[in-house]
Amino acid sequence: MEHTILNLVVLTILLSNIRLLNTSRLPVMILSVAIQGFVIGVLPLVLHWERINLSLWIIALIMIAIKGVILPRLLHRSMQEAGVIREVEPFVGPTVSLLIGLFLLALSYWITFPLRASLPEELFFVPVLALFTVFNGLFLIVSRKKAITQVIGYLTMENGVYAFGASLAVDHPFLVELGVLLDVWVGVFIMGIAIYHINREFDHIDTDKLSTLKH
Amino acid sequence: MSLILALLLSPLFLGMIVKIKAFFAGRKGQPLLQFYYDLVKLLQKGVVYSSSTTVVFRLSPWIALAAAVTALCILPLPGYSSWISFPGDFFVLFALLAVLRFSLVCAALDTGSSFEGMGASREVLFSFLAEPALLLSFLVLSFGLEGYSLHEILSNPFSIGGGKLVALYFISVSLFIVLLAENSRIPFDDPNTHLELTMIHEVMVLDHSGPDLAGILYTSALKLWILGSLWVGISSPWRGGSFYLDVLVFLGSMIFLAVIIGIIESILARVRLIRVSHALSLATVLAGVALLWIIG
Repeated sequence: MEHTILNLVVLTILLSNIRLLNTSRLPVMILSVAIQGFVIGVLPLVLHWERINLSLWIIALIMIAIKGVILPRLLHRSMQEAGVIREVEPFVGPTVSLLIGLFLLALSYWITFPLRASLPEELFFVPVLALFTVFNGLFLIVSRKKAITQVIGYLTMENGVYAFGASLAVDHPFLVELGVLLDVWVGVFIMGIAIYHINREFDHIDTDKLSTLKH
Repeated sequence: MSLILALLLSPLFLGMIVKIKAFFAGRKGQPLLQFYYDLVKLLQKGVVYSSSTTVVFRLSPWIALAAAVTALCILPLPGYSSWISFPGDFFVLFALLAVLRFSLVCAALDTGSSFEGMGASREVLFSFLAEPALLLSFLVLSFGLEGYSLHEILSNPFSIGGGKLVALYFISVSLFIVLLAENSRIPFDDPNTHLELTMIHEVMVLDHSGPDLAGILYTSALKLWILGSLWVGISSPWRGGSFYLDVLVFLGSMIFLAVIIGIIESILARVRLIRVSHALSLATVLAGVALLWIIG
């Protein structure tokens, strides 16, 4: 039973990553990142089911609330305020993005391989997919033009960091995570405001245009 | 046995898909056996050859048909051995499908029509994208099941076991995308239209007529049957005890597949041409994910 749930969690993380690479529609991306955040919030509960205690419950519930509900809602709001629905003309198109995603999955697999001996057989895929999520987020940041998509990439990366911490660190991963999450919180806040103002000033939120200011 | 079933029933399979689409559209639809009537009618007609064509054009439908029939000799009924079976025979099966495509493409280029040349280029592009998915899927299966012939792979794919079963689901989805794309079904191409700028397969066979066209139509029905029964062999977990039960289960699964394809064709619109390569790369990526999953 636990094994099935773990498989389901791992698969959801994997498929949400593929969906993030695959689509150019922002509502779909936000939904995927929300599902991914929710599932990654559940992950420590599934992994540490035997020695679950009150603090773990509370932290997991906070994580689920933040990653799965609050941050996606903020993103949704800034999407509506900025009036963007699609990521048009990203630097890397969806077809190539998918193939690069496969390469990134293989890469994270290769990196995690030495850790294999220290992990139970059925847990092997959790750090692999956590690393994949990190790479995926970084790739989304560098390959997309719109500021909102880059924030989504940043959130994805943070999801990956959290999942990696939850899968490997046994005792106190959450203190570190809370610190990271605070950064993200601020990041989303600032970027949300920035997006809003960029939109007000220039009628578009294409970050690529900013680089022409240098000349 | 699988050969006889395919030769007899593959046009009926197409007829069933058309019937289900008609049902969804609220029409009566053409009779189930319409494709047989079409074949008989075309066989009785004469042939018209353009003066710009050569012997390549005349041979190609029959080379394609021969390739399809040979591929059917290799294709086993799930759970049973086929006529020709040896380790690595699925490579030969896919190579035969490539021969089939190659001969049709050659004929299309042979006509010298730019329209058919365009269709040929599209067909080659999309099968180039679909083939890695197909090959990767079967590599994953033979790796996971430690069986290297189609007979061993299809005899019981669900014995792959435990957490690795997930790879089978990925492969099933990947193969289904390839099945629709290779047979030019609706999300990728519309088998009913002619003279549309987005069509892929149909545009290549515009110049064929009479018995040649019958050969090509029959070949594409056989191709749909081949890929369909591969999909059924991988996706259906039931292997009955006795031979007749297995045949019944197999035919039932094929009917199920026809229903799925019919429903998909009724509820989906054809995607833009540029998105076809996108969907096919998704199929490849799913097969690749399955590969990583099964190694792990």
